[in-house]
Amino acid sequence: MANLMPKRRLENIGLGITGFCVALVALVVVTLIFMVAQQGLTTFFVDGLNPIDFFFGQNWIPEQERYGALPMIVGSFAVTLLSTAFALPVAIGSAIFVVEVAPSFGRRIFQPFIELLVGIPSVVYGVLGLYVINSLIKAIFGDAAPTGAGILSGSLVLAIMILPTITTLSMDALRAVPNQYREGSYALGCTRWQTTWHVVLKSALPSLMTAVILGMTRAFGETLAVQMVIGGVERSMPMGLLDPASTLTAALTAGLSNAVSGSVYYHALWSLGMILLAMSLVFILIIHLIGRKGAKANG
Amino acid sequence: MASEKNGRSVALDAHVRRIDSQDKVATGVLTVIVGLVMLLVVAIIAYILVRGAGRALTPGFLTNPYNDEAVPGILYQLWDSFYMLLVTLIISVPISLGAAIFLVEYAPDNWVTSAAKTAIETLSSLPSIVVGMFGSLFFVVTLGWGISILAGACALTMFNIPILVRTIQQALEDVPRSQRDAALAMGLTRWETTINVLLPAAMPAIVTGIVLSAGRVFGEAAALIFTAGSAPARLNFASVNFLSPTNPFNIFRPACSLAVYIWRLTSEPTAGSTEIVWGTATVLLACVLLFNVLARLLGKLLSRRLTAE
Repeated sequence: MANLMPKRRLENIGLGITGFCVALVALVVVTLIFMVAQQGLTTFFVDGLNPIDFFFGQNWIPEQERYGALPMIVGSFAVTLLSTAFALPVAIGSAIFVVEVAPSFGRRIFQPFIELLVGIPSVVYGVLGLYVINSLIKAIFGDAAPTGAGILSGSLVLAIMILPTITTLSMDALRAVPNQYREGSYALGCTRWQTTWHVVLKSALPSLMTAVILGMTRAFGETLAVQMVIGGVERSMPMGLLDPASTLTAALTAGLSNAVSGSVYYHALWSLGMILLAMSLVFILIIHLIGRKGAKANG
Repeated sequence: MASEKNGRSVALDAHVRRIDSQDKVATGVLTVIVGLVMLLVVAIIAYILVRGAGRALTPGFLTNPYNDEAVPGILYQLWDSFYMLLVTLIISVPISLGAAIFLVEYAPDNWVTSAAKTAIETLSSLPSIVVGMFGSLFFVVTLGWGISILAGACALTMFNIPILVRTIQQALEDVPRSQRDAALAMGLTRWETTINVLLPAAMPAIVTGIVLSAGRVFGEAAALIFTAGSAPARLNFASVNFLSPTNPFNIFRPACSLAVYIWRLTSEPTAGSTEIVWGTATVLLACVLLFNVLARLLGKLLSRRLTAE
């Protein structure tokens, strides 16, 4: 039957079907952004909350109608930055080892190994954090961390979760450095470390930065693993790394099931979601800017 | 003259010794780091598998409902996880396939295409809880599906599409240029080329990608809590009424997957729930690892069959 169909028509049908799929995906994304923005902005335009009080208020106590998102914003940024700081040296270090020192070990053994970590579901990391890392923190710090829950435990769990992301992307970045650069450096008499430090890392810098940003995106948006270990206290500002705290994602998970649809609390939660959405758009923008700058630098 | 030359070579020697030892120290530090990472991976996986193995291997744990009095099990959650995964794949594979084909074969180089690419990229970096929130309003309320397997599967689809589109795109682009050119030169249209030449050639990579993404979907929980629900479903496997909330195949009933069940038990602990959590975590991790192994095996098997013919 298909053979009898005029070619032009067949081609148009193909274009139509596949184009429809792409349009559907794009439409869903646009709907999502529109809906989150609409619900999130209702807090300010209909319920009349002052945006400055919302973004800089230090107390989130829905029972008293106090909606200050700063504790969660600070919590989200703290766990993101801290977990990146933990994971970064280890990730770049292992990427250098498996690309520059032992390439065949890297490809055959290390890569499948680290990819196993990617597959572990986020709740399983949460269970591990809740029962193992929190107890460890409690044992190490004693009375300073009565439950063990807090920004430090959250960051440790996240660091393990983003380690494979940053490592595999850094490996790709280092592998993409042309071999002539290395040979040129060796020909000048440089040692392997000098070559890596002054030549390879420098020319891979834009891609390495992209790897780090993608890791941070994952850390910022990670939900259940963090929610299970961080303690879930959004009433007031976290005072230290060992105090129970909360993040935007954790507050959403805990709050959304209790909020009555249409209430101020419900809209305030959507505003938190709007911050999350805006941040992930910012991360994408940064990645694009780095990519454009890298393309310009390499001609 | 001679002493000056001597002094220079001494300085050079010192420099060479310094950069040599620097190189050795750096290599040593890197080796230690990699060793620690490997150790960490093994320790994490072994700990989870061993910690819950006792419970997971208890007879009845996999085949009893959660409310069994002697051995509370995870039969319903297991069923819901696999069923929801199946529904998700049925929805997401055709859409991803179409989108990937469009982006590789048809996409004109204009702003529409780059907007579509940006949309997919946005989807891939969205926090899963935001997808869950959106689903809880759009699929559950606006489309009127209620808290249901279908709403959950659609939320998972949003999470799955960017991963699938990227792998299928990669698989299609990896087909040698000469095959495409040959098919086009024979007078096939682009659509015929794609269906008859490119897709079969890319099939092993596509299947591997689908199974790998299934592993990701299987463990996702945040997007499901508010779309498919978190209350353990009561199922009646003898039910023949497809609209009954206890019929396992009804896509409009609430469901609770393994991952959501773990989350619920840790946030509302009851007596003895810790052991169930570990047992469920072990089962969940074992399933995900099985998906990984299966993906590699299937890919190898398919490509061997294709190249042998």
